[in-house]
Amino acid sequence: MAHDVGSASISAPSTLVTAATSETRFARTTLIVIALAFVALFLLLPLATVFIEAFRKGPAEFFSALRDAETFSAIRLTLLVAAIAVPLNLVFGVAAAWAIAKFEFKGKAFLTTLIDLPFSVSPVISGLVFVLLFGSHSLLGPVLQSYGIQILFAVPGLVLATVFVTFPFVARELIPLMQEQGTSDEEAALSLGATGWQTFWHVTLPNIKWGLLYGVLLCNARAMGEFGAVSVVSGHIRGQTNTMPLQVEILYNEYNFVAAFAVAALLALLALVTLVLKTALELRYSDEIAASRRH
Amino acid sequence: MAFRNSTRWQFRQPSVIPGFGLALGVTLTWLTLIVLIPLSGLIWRSSGLGWSKFFALASDERTVNALTISFGTALVAAVINLIFGVVLAWVLVRYRFPGKRIIDAMVDLPFALPTAVAGIALTALYAPNGWIGSLLEPLGIKIAFTPAGIVVALVFVGLPFVVRTVQPIMEEIDKEVEEAAATLGANRYQTISRVLLPGLLPAGLTGFALAFARGVGEYGSVIFIAGNLPYVSEIAPLLIIIRLEEFNYPAATAIAAVMLLLSFLMLLVINMIQSWSRRRYGNGA
Amino acid sequence: MEVRVQNIRKEFGRFPALDDVSLDIRSGELIALLGPSGSGKTTLLRLVAGLESPTGGMIFFGDEDASKKSVQERNIGFVFQHYALFRHMTVLDNVAFGLKVRPTNRRPPAAEIRRRALDLLDLVQLSGLEKRYPAQLSGGQRQRVALARAMAVEPNVLLLDEPFGALDAQVRKELRRWLREIHDRTGHTTIFVTHDQEEALELADRVVVMSKGAIEQVGTPDDIYDHPVSPFVYGFIGQSNCLEVSLSSGEIWFEDRPIGLRAASEPDGSATLYFRPHDIELIDGCGGCLAGLVTNSRRVAGTRHLELDLGRTHPTVEIELPPERAAAADHARIAFRPTKWTLFRKEEKLPEIQRSVATQTSELARTGT
Repeated sequence: MAHDVGSASISAPSTLVTAATSETRFARTTLIVIALAFVALFLLLPLATVFIEAFRKGPAEFFSALRDAETFSAIRLTLLVAAIAVPLNLVFGVAAAWAIAKFEFKGKAFLTTLIDLPFSVSPVISGLVFVLLFGSHSLLGPVLQSYGIQILFAVPGLVLATVFVTFPFVARELIPLMQEQGTSDEEAALSLGATGWQTFWHVTLPNIKWGLLYGVLLCNARAMGEFGAVSVVSGHIRGQTNTMPLQVEILYNEYNFVAAFAVAALLALLALVTLVLKTALELRYSDEIAASRRH
Repeated sequence: MAFRNSTRWQFRQPSVIPGFGLALGVTLTWLTLIVLIPLSGLIWRSSGLGWSKFFALASDERTVNALTISFGTALVAAVINLIFGVVLAWVLVRYRFPGKRIIDAMVDLPFALPTAVAGIALTALYAPNGWIGSLLEPLGIKIAFTPAGIVVALVFVGLPFVVRTVQPIMEEIDKEVEEAAATLGANRYQTISRVLLPGLLPAGLTGFALAFARGVGEYGSVIFIAGNLPYVSEIAPLLIIIRLEEFNYPAATAIAAVMLLLSFLMLLVINMIQSWSRRRYGNGA
Repeated sequence: MEVRVQNIRKEFGRFPALDDVSLDIRSGELIALLGPSGSGKTTLLRLVAGLESPTGGMIFFGDEDASKKSVQERNIGFVFQHYALFRHMTVLDNVAFGLKVRPTNRRPPAAEIRRRALDLLDLVQLSGLEKRYPAQLSGGQRQRVALARAMAVEPNVLLLDEPFGALDAQVRKELRRWLREIHDRTGHTTIFVTHDQEEALELADRVVVMSKGAIEQVGTPDDIYDHPVSPFVYGFIGQSNCLEVSLSSGEIWFEDRPIGLRAASEPDGSATLYFRPHDIELIDGCGGCLAGLVTNSRRVAGTRHLELDLGRTHPTVEIELPPERAAAADHARIAFRPTKWTLFRKEEKLPEIQRSVATQTSELARTGT
């Protein structure tokens, strides 16, 4: 008897509960379709276009475009600039995170805001400030020039602009992470007789390594891909001060589309690798990289 | 001495952890050299112009037009991003569908893809002979080489800001809250519009402000698709570069100073939203 | 309103959370669902609310079948364990929410909604805090807002999921008394879930003891404590001792001797004897009794707790004595006999029959001593 009553109503009420905390199937499907269409239109199609345009005239054209001497020197310059800028910001980021996360001092919030400053400055302005500082109309420019030191339209200018733009990446990733971890591990190590450096190398660094890698990854992607700031300070001297993104612009403006998209495809590949590594880090070490990230 | 120490103004609270001096020293030196000196150089140069000259430069018609276009298109793009970003975040947090992981990872593409690459790709798509452009052309809709093109580029650039600010807050929504609304008789639409969306407002506004601020300053992805027609589709960052190439440093500086001022205002607004939300609702955005 | 749960079953995937549960709740009753975690008590509460749908069975509100109704249509008040207050709404808006979302034809005018919400805040002693946000309230205050919000819709039945679970001990006790008062004043049929027996016994008119997805016993707090019907209830509610004993022609034997208790109608065989530490009497000179060495003695408030070693093969037994009687007994051999006890037979296949038999024997025993 009892079970008859039960089995009679097995299927009927199951739809009631879904109404409490989820949408109708129609609404769900509609929202998914809208979201996917938006992603396809604004993210996937542009990405696909880069590769399609690059290979429009076949792989042979693609590879010959990359073998061009000027393109080759642009790739080299991009790697060089990133190789200087990223380690500099890495050291800075660790130092800043150490000071801000492990200590309490006056003006800490203000310092954090200052570190974030470059994110809110237009890339073009980031370049402009160095032109104003080192240009021929400035105070410093002519002085340095007289000693034969060239900053603008040369590698140092490119590095400076890149460092400025990528300034907050590592620090921003590490500060929340190290704040969350607190200071008890370090205090334990110190109480066991470790020196400051030993504590840093053996206790702190292993705790933050994945977060650090994550920050470096994002910093590097931006360093290699930066366009606006670098464009202002480079002077666009072909084969000398052109980075890859600038080379893309030049080739594009010369209507050499295949070559422009070929270089762009390399940069897009870099972006994809960054995304894959980033996602892998997030999946595997989600608790060892900072939870709050926005940039 | 010990007594006086305890009441004295203290720069930092005592700690057994070493390295404060070194770490703060490196931080401040680097910050000063890379960020503070260059930025104050800009402020110094623009204040050197004098108030009347600065005002004349800033109110130049072409400058005003460029600033209007930059801010206007950034505003439209941020609104679009707010709407679709919230939908996208909702879909990613709430529903299961094939390829969700990949879509979630792809949201960060605009952070990782160099802006110049995005610029030429969007141009190729939306130009009159491109895949999308050729579909729209018969309808009389032109995207590339018009302000609409700028909006498209800025939507691309700004999307992750909204999604990534709203998503974590959405994930934290307590299922009990939705159930509570249902037990009180609210239907699904009322639960979403009166309970869930208002709770997401601070995060949504923060994401909106971040996307807007980024859009105002964006250069690389815009210049290819914009057409760069003075008074029509010429953005402020481009005008700075044009003035620089004319060696018209005062004009470039004035535009930059105005933009900087406005971005700092944005930053202030974002901080205010967050502290307001923390005070009132007990959580950040 | 009267609530009837009929033969409810609920499975999550293949895991049975509730197995054929029936329960009648009288109108205006305050009833506690008590059990360890995983006993199905919260699932039962959510089924009544309509937040879960049953795999089988029916739920009636009065004479009306509520099983087919959605949670919105059931008109219940639910207080969640973590309150689930809407944090972007003021206290007043939280309380008024249920009235504001009603369809226009059933929605009271705005002024009326406001008046009712303020009245309720007055009832829960939160007058003057109506403009605050939940984040600006203490845990106990949030709890009371949650209750006011649930009562605002004039629910058929008020459902509370571990209502005091997230509060500290002091506030808990205060709110417990206060909830009883509110209930007595408003008269809502109320079901609350708890894993705290003290809370259930102190607060509820009747207690439903649950275990492993089934109801073990339903009864007043006195019933539950004084006449537990199963080993589980005996063990779960209050302190108890259990001994493996055997029956031989109506006499109860522990190991190799009778202990002076009779269960005349019981057939021979092995059984388990349950008794509470304070339901014993000391015996001088043991004719038929339990005896053991005192291994540990603790003073707990007004009584002394003694741990007795009855022999190596058995876990120690705990008894409670008035301190003056226990003082002499320290580190000595003590002989005692349970005054109230229950026997449970080993075979667990037919629990219904066994329980009734066991109850009979315990009645017999009680009258006997």
